[in-house]
Amino acid sequence: MQEMSEKAFELGIPLSVHLDITYRCNERCVHCYLDHEDRGELTTAEIRNLLDQLASAGVFFLTLSGGEILLRKDFFEILEHARKLRFCVKLKSNGILIREPQAQRIRAFGVESIQVSIYSHRPQIHDSITKIQGSFERSVSAIRFLTARGIKVIIANVLMVQNKRDYAEVRKMAIELGVDCTLDPTVTPMMDGNRSVLDLNVDRLSLRQVFQDPFLVGAPEDIRSTPSKPNEAELDSLPCSAGHTACYVSPYGDVYPCVQFPLNCGNVRFQSFSDIWRNSPQLKEVRSIRLRDLPSCSKCVHGSACTRCPGLAYMEGDMRGPSLQDCEKSYAITGISSENLTSKPSHFPPLVQIQ
Amino acid sequence: MKATFYIARNPAVAARKFDGEMMIMSCRDSTLFTLDEIGTTIWESANGLVSLAEIVASNICTDFDVQYERALLDAEAFAEALAERGIVLISSDPIPYSDLIVGLPA
Repeated sequence: MQEMSEKAFELGIPLSVHLDITYRCNERCVHCYLDHEDRGELTTAEIRNLLDQLASAGVFFLTLSGGEILLRKDFFEILEHARKLRFCVKLKSNGILIREPQAQRIRAFGVESIQVSIYSHRPQIHDSITKIQGSFERSVSAIRFLTARGIKVIIANVLMVQNKRDYAEVRKMAIELGVDCTLDPTVTPMMDGNRSVLDLNVDRLSLRQVFQDPFLVGAPEDIRSTPSKPNEAELDSLPCSAGHTACYVSPYGDVYPCVQFPLNCGNVRFQSFSDIWRNSPQLKEVRSIRLRDLPSCSKCVHGSACTRCPGLAYMEGDMRGPSLQDCEKSYAITGISSENLTSKPSHFPPLVQIQ
Repeated sequence: MKATFYIARNPAVAARKFDGEMMIMSCRDSTLFTLDEIGTTIWESANGLVSLAEIVASNICTDFDVQYERALLDAEAFAEALAERGIVLISSDPIPYSDLIVGLPA
């Protein structure tokens, strides 16, 4: 896989694309970064055409997500077309609409995996987060239908104030169900720039406890090595794959470097995907950035180990700046403040307004 | 030499060509395979209707300047290895397109 990624980078190939086919959803998760209006989704024909273009461009990994993907009446038509084009397809769903017939069809189309969101082992907590009573039972049933068909399922959990004590039990539940589990330790801003959801993030102490939990992160001494400022080679490293070997397409055809990096690089309704991928000035700018180009992070003691998200940095006002949320994560892991945390006054920077 | 068999790309796998080589992922267990140039030629020719012998004679021997008998032996071993991993389907008879439609159990 590493070799594949390196080759894709050398050749300038978009190895992975995350395509949201709708923002509509049958849940109203309190932490969700999307609004759920339909502002003119890509039609079935437009999506088929887009998939043809993505395949021609060399895309291999295709994540279909939303919103809730099964709310699209043409979902299985989209999936069929994607599989005929031989994408490695990964799905993200809340599972509410997945029963035996849907699980059977998903299995038949050879989907690589499906990620189902579960926020707590306690139904009342999960349902209070999704705002849909009974959603926990439906989602867990979906997982059982899918695993019974031999489909690889991954439970996706997000840490927030409401469920901060439950992540270990969710992981145990995943083991019992025979599935993998991931935990996103932070809530991220809404795509339109609304930052109010960040109030759902757990406090610093709770975050630190998560990153010190050997059940989740392995032996603390293995992950908590003394951080050091980046060396010369590390200063030339890429922030992440966004815009280099991966990108995101919205239900309206907007292309971003990543779902969490809402920098509009073009729209596939007006421009070919390949033209956007190769020639977008915004993507060229993103691709030009190395760690050495980040004024604060290049001098930071966490510079080489930090999981800085350039998208979160962009949403905080500067794609070359630090991401406060990642500074907090680095602090939670090591107990050592970042360059950003030690030099900035303790207030949030002004937001970039997403048009 | 074995009797001729037919070879077809398994619709259940994911595949993409990079720089002349096929990257193939088995949906069975997400194992990733890379096929070299000759393997890629066999894969791209494997439509279920052309025998492996014909693929070797028409594509491999001409494009890669190799002797037919040796090439066919290697190709058969290669195809059987791929079939064991669920990457291709092999049969002593042609494999109709209807058997290869995505959405049907592979």
